[in-house]
Amino acid sequence: MCTHETATLPVAGSAKGPTGWIRVTDASVYFDHPSHAVANHTLNIDLRRPADGPSARVGVELTADSARALAETILRVLDRTASVQ
Amino acid sequence: MDVALTAETVFFTGHGGDEIEAYLARPRDPGARGGMVFIHHLPGYDRETKEFVRRAADAGYDAICPNLYSRVGRDVSPDDAAAAVRADGGVPDEQVTGDVGAAVAYLRDLDTSNGKVAVIGHCSGGRHTFLAAASMPLDAAVVCYGGLIVGETPPQLPTMVPLLDRAPDIGCPLLGLFGNDDQFPTPDQVDVIDKALTEAGKEHEFHRYDGAGHAFFSVDRTAYRVEAALDGWERIWTFVGRHLRSR
Repeated sequence: MCTHETATLPVAGSAKGPTGWIRVTDASVYFDHPSHAVANHTLNIDLRRPADGPSARVGVELTADSARALAETILRVLDRTASVQ
Repeated sequence: MDVALTAETVFFTGHGGDEIEAYLARPRDPGARGGMVFIHHLPGYDRETKEFVRRAADAGYDAICPNLYSRVGRDVSPDDAAAAVRADGGVPDEQVTGDVGAAVAYLRDLDTSNGKVAVIGHCSGGRHTFLAAASMPLDAAVVCYGGLIVGETPPQLPTMVPLLDRAPDIGCPLLGLFGNDDQFPTPDQVDVIDKALTEAGKEHEFHRYDGAGHAFFSVDRTAYRVEAALDGWERIWTFVGRHLRSR
């Protein structure tokens, strides 16, 4: 397959899926084949609440360029607002 | 020839006595024939793999795909199940072997079975096919770009151990189909697998395609390469036909 390149981490917050909001506790980040996006490999993020079962998940699949842009933007916004965190 | 087929969800007992869901497709023709087990890739028990199963039934075989993620729960979408399994580090080889062995037995028990069964898999399913061929009596095995037969175990997926040292245990003829642009496995890694099988005296044939990378059979992905895929399917049917034919 596939790159198998996967990282997992605990997270705190919420994500909204088709059934409503989920208080997420875990995230998986991996660069591998997408289920839906049109690219051979994508940066995939699963925001999950395993305690509520495998379907308590919000997934995104982003091209490498857009994932990098998103990550840099997240860090830039966090840096600018550090005083209120 | 009547090429009508039936496709349905079935259940059987897999590794550890667990209930395994599986997708079964069969020609409606009552004649005796071989069977094919499709091992799904890491993205799971998805539509693509079920299309492969129906294609095999259309080619005249009883075909089944066990859901290796059945333990995640019923009525869980394949992508959610795959995400859960990935986060938990993958499925253990022993469990895969048990589930695939149960699927092989299921096919051999069908009233249309001639007793012969092949296993085929793509991506991680290709690795699992190599594992199955080294672990249980089969009549043929088809490895489509199986990654991590050689290479290093990814730290996040500790269940994906290299299998090269199992080459002497391979118990059936093996067909391998690979893309020369693939990185999982690389062409050099394919050479290593080829050499190990040759040194072990195992009947095998490898075919490699220029201009094709990983997942070149996947019609819904940008990796699809129609020339490689069509040639690959022809080679699969020739190989499987030779080894599963009724005496």
